[in-house]
Amino acid sequence: MTNAKLDYSVQTRTRASSISAIVALLLVLVAVALPAFASRSLIQDMFFILTMLVLAQFWNLLAGYGGLVSVGQQAFVGIGAYAMFGVVILMGFDPVPSILIAGVAALLLAIPTAFFAFRLQGAYFAIGTWVIAEVVRLLVAQWKAVGGGTGTSLPRSATGDMWFTGAIETLFGVRNAAARDILAYWLAVLLAVATIAGIYWLLRTKRGLGLAAVRDNIEAAKSVGVDAVRMKWTVFLVSAFGTGLAGGLIYMQKARISPDAAFSLQDWTAYVIFIVVIGGIGTIEGPILGVLVFFILQSLLADFGSWYLMALGVIGITIMLFAPRGLWGLFSDRTGIELFPVRRRLTGGRLTGGHVTDTLPSSKEE
Amino acid sequence: MIWVDTIIQGILLGGLYALFAAGLSLVFGIMRLVNLAHGDLIVLGAYLILLLVTLTGLSPFVAAAVAMPFMFALGFGLQKFMLNRVLGDDILPPLLVTFGLSVVLQNALLEGFSADSQRIQAGPLSTASIQVAGLNLGVMPLMTFGSALVVIIGLNQLFYRTSLGRAFRATSDDPTTASLMGIKPAGIFAKATGIAMIIVTIAALYLGMRSNFDPSIGPARLIYAFEAVIIGGLGSLWGTLAGGVIIGVAQTVGAAINPEWQILAGHLAFLIVLLVRPRGLFPRAVD
Amino acid sequence: MTALLETRDLTARYGDFQALFGVDLTLGEGETVAIIGANGAGKTTLMRSLSGVLRNGPDSIRFDGRGIGDLPADEVMAMGIAMVPEGRKLFPSLSVEENLQIGAYGRNTGGYWSLDTVYDLFPVLKERRSNPGTALSGGQQQMVAIGRALMSNPRVLLCDEISLGLAPVIIKDIYKAVPKIRASGASMIVVEQDIGQAMAVADRVYCMMEGRITLSGSPDALSREAIHNAYFGAAA
Repeated sequence: MTNAKLDYSVQTRTRASSISAIVALLLVLVAVALPAFASRSLIQDMFFILTMLVLAQFWNLLAGYGGLVSVGQQAFVGIGAYAMFGVVILMGFDPVPSILIAGVAALLLAIPTAFFAFRLQGAYFAIGTWVIAEVVRLLVAQWKAVGGGTGTSLPRSATGDMWFTGAIETLFGVRNAAARDILAYWLAVLLAVATIAGIYWLLRTKRGLGLAAVRDNIEAAKSVGVDAVRMKWTVFLVSAFGTGLAGGLIYMQKARISPDAAFSLQDWTAYVIFIVVIGGIGTIEGPILGVLVFFILQSLLADFGSWYLMALGVIGITIMLFAPRGLWGLFSDRTGIELFPVRRRLTGGRLTGGHVTDTLPSSKEE
Repeated sequence: MIWVDTIIQGILLGGLYALFAAGLSLVFGIMRLVNLAHGDLIVLGAYLILLLVTLTGLSPFVAAAVAMPFMFALGFGLQKFMLNRVLGDDILPPLLVTFGLSVVLQNALLEGFSADSQRIQAGPLSTASIQVAGLNLGVMPLMTFGSALVVIIGLNQLFYRTSLGRAFRATSDDPTTASLMGIKPAGIFAKATGIAMIIVTIAALYLGMRSNFDPSIGPARLIYAFEAVIIGGLGSLWGTLAGGVIIGVAQTVGAAINPEWQILAGHLAFLIVLLVRPRGLFPRAVD
Repeated sequence: MTALLETRDLTARYGDFQALFGVDLTLGEGETVAIIGANGAGKTTLMRSLSGVLRNGPDSIRFDGRGIGDLPADEVMAMGIAMVPEGRKLFPSLSVEENLQIGAYGRNTGGYWSLDTVYDLFPVLKERRSNPGTALSGGQQQMVAIGRALMSNPRVLLCDEISLGLAPVIIKDIYKAVPKIRASGASMIVVEQDIGQAMAVADRVYCMMEGRITLSGSPDALSREAIHNAYFGAAA
């Protein structure tokens, strides 16, 4: 390579992404201020949307970026929630810091889970994770100290003087139950922002590029020095940790738990899969759009019970058949807009020589 | 003696699980497709038989025979118009489509038949038993196991003795080269799923006659089927029977120790096999 | 002579990469044509197009007066164009005999070729009929691949690189079968890197370079130098 004329630059930023960064900042400020003027039921709805968004982002990280289609994420929601209940009930911890313990418990469970499930290839990995989730559910149902198969509630002593709730009560002049909802909502905002920022950061690092490479072509990725096994472990453990945190937070707000609810395939994995598929798998924007569509559908159709779920299934199948990149994919293809660009693009100059190795792993996306 | 009895009950129960699994194994062997709606299709079959028995008063066995062509057509159409479109190197689309199908089927059954438990009435057969060497063996479990044997022998004959079976194996090896032989892979896949649905109907018959069922039990049947396939080794039909038997025995032994441990014991047996023999007991040489 | 199989302005591309640029080729009834050229000249792409593995416009390939360029491989095969693919591509799950039997799956018209006549052509296969196809030596595997294609009694037999990776003595053995195949009435297109072998069996030779036909004619009419130029490009 002699005297390559390198007057181009590599960048991932687009104009839309610069605007969206400003908009996002404003949105976060509004979200934080929301409890000052919103009703309690709106706060609860927002809590639901945000926690589902977190679950969806982590499932998307696993399946959309890591190629690991797990149908067993309810294991991490459930174990996180139960770990939180366990330390609160048995050791007298405050529920708020216990959410971190929920994440750690999910992380610990993820290690043996990955050890087993990574022995299964492709589609069998999906059912393997599901079996493990079932095993954990059945084992937890044997744990009598937290209510066995029927479940239990957080003790009044723990919910009554939870961290920060006193301050929130005085700040907004609300009762304890409403203060807990506001606290849970703020934590959900924090978790959702941290999740999106964290995943975005991860995907833009060198490791994130390697991830795209592993998904696109495992052999080619190996040949350019990407450690595929380590990548899968990283993604799986990170997703488990985040999913566990979400589980702990969701059940801190619910304050009532049972194995069937905390390990529900439908609530914590099926809905999440539909959110990601409808919104657009393999993008950060997809789950955001997906969770909004999901929430609207649920508000409109939830009264129709099984018809609602059938519709959700049909929509999911239709999208997979006719628009596999989801609603965001359709939108992005038409407009070229990307809010969270992760691919690196060359701008300016002419390519007159030299090698731009950075663009290699993600070449399929170009 | 009680333990011998428990283990024999478990082996016979394994026949039912092998019936659940044989269709899954067939489809995976030919097109590397895991149908997450497999369990729900079994439940659908059970409702179809129930409907025929209730409406026409046919014996369940005749009703199952009548249901078979319908189930074949369902599988054929499902594969041809839906699943073939998503087959490919990416495993995500077929998984997500069959997952969606599973949700649709469960809720459609719920809407059509309510959440109440149902049972296909088999008359005196369901309680009949025979004495063998001092053991009391139920006729129904014996028939289930016998049917599993017949299905597996039949599938082996189909695979290794017929021209269609050769086409199945060739397509499984290499669809592109198979098309150079005048084989249309999409058509082969549709036939294979159709045949899997015939086996699903047999499984549905015994599922419905032996125990209560409702629209929600499909996913658990899928898991048992999946465990049997993995234990046996992907693509090995006799392995699938062995896998079913291992799950069955683990469940009955678990249940004998503590009734709450029945399902758990089956899952644990699966995890242990996965730990010691990750490729299953009878892995296929070629793959 | 009317053409049995011909291509008109055939192009083929893999994504952005164009592999064939307007190829015109004719195969007459009963004729054997050889296609020679270096690696990457587009020979295998041409064969994949002819057999229907790659799809084209309907009239870019005509067989017996009918446009077949847009038909899928299984329908092309059923019309009587059988292919011996590069790398032999035997089915590992099938025995030698089953590999042969499956050759007639999509076209069972009857004719000269059957299990018996294929075994007569390659007697060693009969001894190894129940072995897995992939347990055989390279030369024997090539015999199975040829026999498999013959089982459908094709009107056109496409052979892609049948001598690739085989010892000269074995190549000779395999080419001994060609006269018998021609005698059975099949027309042949043979892709070869071994120029000598190609010139020996073919009525006409096409030479390809970079996706184009650069030379064609009967073997005795082509000078060694002309072939060399067509093969590697004219000397600078």
